[in-house]
Amino acid sequence: MDALIVHRIQFAFTLTFHYLFPQLTMGLGLLIVILKTLAIRTGNQHYNEAARFWARIFGINFVVGVVTGIPMEFQFGTNWSVFSKNTGAVIGQTLAMEGIFSFFLESTFLGAFLYGEKQLGQRLHWLAAFLVFLGSWISGFFIIATNAWMQHPVGYIESSDGQFALASLSAVLTNPWFAWQYLHNMTAAVVTGSVVMAALGALYLLMHLYEEFGRTFVRLGVITGLVASLMMIFPTGDGQGRNVAQYQPITLAAMEGLFENQRGAPLAIIGQPDVEARRLDNPIAVPDVLSFLTYRHWKAEVQGLLEFPEDQWPDNIPLVYYAYHIMVGLGTIFVGVFVLAGWFLYRNRLYHTTLMLWALMLLTPFPYIATTAGWMTAELGRQPWLVYGLMRTKAGGSPLVSAGNGWFTLLGFLGLYVALGILFLFLIYLEVQRGPGEPGVTQDEGAVAAR
Amino acid sequence: MNTLWFWIVAVMFSIFAVLDGFDMGVGIIHLVVTRNDTERRMLLESIGPVWDGNEVWLIAGGGALFFAFPGAYASGFSGFYLPLIMVLWLLILRGIAIEFRNHIDSPVWIPFWDVTFSGASALLALFFGVALGNVIRGVPLDANDSFFLPLWTDFRISSGPGVLDWFTIALGLTSVVALALQGSLWVAMRTSGDLQRRARDLARLAWVVTLVLTIAVMIVVPFTLPHFSARYLTRPLGLILPIAALGALVGVRISNGAGSDQSAFLYSSGYILSMLAAAAFGHYPSLLPAIGGAQNGLTIYNASTTSYGLSIGLVWFIPGILLASGYFLFAYRQVFARAA
Repeated sequence: MDALIVHRIQFAFTLTFHYLFPQLTMGLGLLIVILKTLAIRTGNQHYNEAARFWARIFGINFVVGVVTGIPMEFQFGTNWSVFSKNTGAVIGQTLAMEGIFSFFLESTFLGAFLYGEKQLGQRLHWLAAFLVFLGSWISGFFIIATNAWMQHPVGYIESSDGQFALASLSAVLTNPWFAWQYLHNMTAAVVTGSVVMAALGALYLLMHLYEEFGRTFVRLGVITGLVASLMMIFPTGDGQGRNVAQYQPITLAAMEGLFENQRGAPLAIIGQPDVEARRLDNPIAVPDVLSFLTYRHWKAEVQGLLEFPEDQWPDNIPLVYYAYHIMVGLGTIFVGVFVLAGWFLYRNRLYHTTLMLWALMLLTPFPYIATTAGWMTAELGRQPWLVYGLMRTKAGGSPLVSAGNGWFTLLGFLGLYVALGILFLFLIYLEVQRGPGEPGVTQDEGAVAAR
Repeated sequence: MNTLWFWIVAVMFSIFAVLDGFDMGVGIIHLVVTRNDTERRMLLESIGPVWDGNEVWLIAGGGALFFAFPGAYASGFSGFYLPLIMVLWLLILRGIAIEFRNHIDSPVWIPFWDVTFSGASALLALFFGVALGNVIRGVPLDANDSFFLPLWTDFRISSGPGVLDWFTIALGLTSVVALALQGSLWVAMRTSGDLQRRARDLARLAWVVTLVLTIAVMIVVPFTLPHFSARYLTRPLGLILPIAALGALVGVRISNGAGSDQSAFLYSSGYILSMLAAAAFGHYPSLLPAIGGAQNGLTIYNASTTSYGLSIGLVWFIPGILLASGYFLFAYRQVFARAA
């Protein structure tokens, strides 16, 4: 097999696996800061106990995020050497800035946050939690800035030998593509954190374990999850969608499975794109909605794929289409579940409504699927370009790294990451089993002592 | 400006070697210097809050190399594909060994991670020495400045070298014992009683081997690397660096003999810094020399980004690194305060 496809699969696999962890780090980071703030504002030790419990989960999750993150920075050079050589002048800046501005901050204050609560005192400990949260969001900032440049390159000069020099760092950091993508991504991370917290709370309530903590987790998870899942759709998802429409109309057509130009283009809810026949099979579509969402005008014309040369189409249109629809479908389900749970919470019935608790608990894997699908939409939608409109993916790989060597390392990563995933789940299981609060104190005593 | 970034990258990797060097060194001696689980826990606690931050210097140095000299980053990382990916796997194993070991108290779980931690640390120290050897020895660059090195060929420095040859292995072994020395001195500084005594003894042993290998390397290098001898002949003042390295090594022995662990550790750090500075000085202005070809290889001029990129990089790098140094002072003050 062609070496290029192995490079692509290895990068996609290592990145997808890696991103399972930072999204929880970024979401949980915010939720822990909220718990610490509640502890200081109310003086209730219960919130500190809760924060300590989540810090243990956070610590395990963070480690896996760190060790799977290091290969990402190296793989630009190892597997994509032509890409690195030609664009390093631009994206090397943002990636180096991530190291300097985020990783030093995170690694220093994570230690202080996890082990230094007694030594630091409550206010400084809050600050350590905040700085860890800030570091993780700065990290996201620079990674999205890097990706935004690949999606919509700005602030560069192309030289005769095909290399891109940096023309303006401020232009790169204020890329019009960047803001919506960053906010969309970060609210998604908050949804992941909220779902995980609410789901574990629901599990404890259903099992009649640590119920006081279970109620706190469900309450906080549902409130932040409701806000974040609404923001996923509007304004951030809407804004990101209009970015795509403006800068990558071909990608938008692929996401929607739209082949022909259409006035009053429909929004496809279900359907299977048939690239051979150039049509969407079995569509269930809402008329005019795509035109409205894209141009704020019910009868506006949306360009279909056939409008563009075929060598500029994404190379896997069905996957772009399905990934996008899975993301949007799950996003809608999150809003539905959180609105319902929020209503039960408001009526004081949430903690006893078994079915609702089951729904929250079973939601756990879905934000991970949604963020993965979202990133697949972005990255497969960008194809056949590595840097949109400037450099094709097939031109970016390392020319002398053969497919055989690629397979060897890909299989190595697969094996190592499967082992890592099992270890992670096992250790998380032990923490969930051990539960919040001081060990050896039963939940009721713990609750009393907390007051 | 190109020269400045050459030294920034060199200094960042050197700080990585000193800092991650001591926690890798602790890993190398982890099973040798300790007698029981309590002592092994003490070692891990001494590096627990700082090892991740120490490793960030590698990531940040790699990032600086990426944007300042994208040509060298791309060529080097793809050419050393196999050993680099193995380094990544070892970094993953070592990281989770340190962090996961104490989660479960079991006679199967704990020794497994102890051995993983120690083995991965020793192999990483070896690989980093070998990597330095490869970079200063040079690689067979093709017309596109690409290359792909096999892990080994005939172990000679020929026109078809491998990642491992006698020269790079010599540097790899030097790196292992020098970091074992650095790690022993860290342990001696951070512990007391029997463990401290054993760490000091081990440091004495590591010191002898380090001295022998250092002298051997210093004798071999001028004959093996013509661009080094040329550079030192035109700028003999640079000889101060290898001499400083030897001086620091003597300082290690004297402080160690006097039982002054802190100054021995500082001397050992000085030794690592001087050795790497001597290598960087001899290597300058080359980044990745070509062997077996007519070309000049990659230098800080033909592999660099534009002067705008290098200048604007400085604008954020200076405040950024000051902030990072501030965090480090905070972190190490916390660590030392806890012991006191």
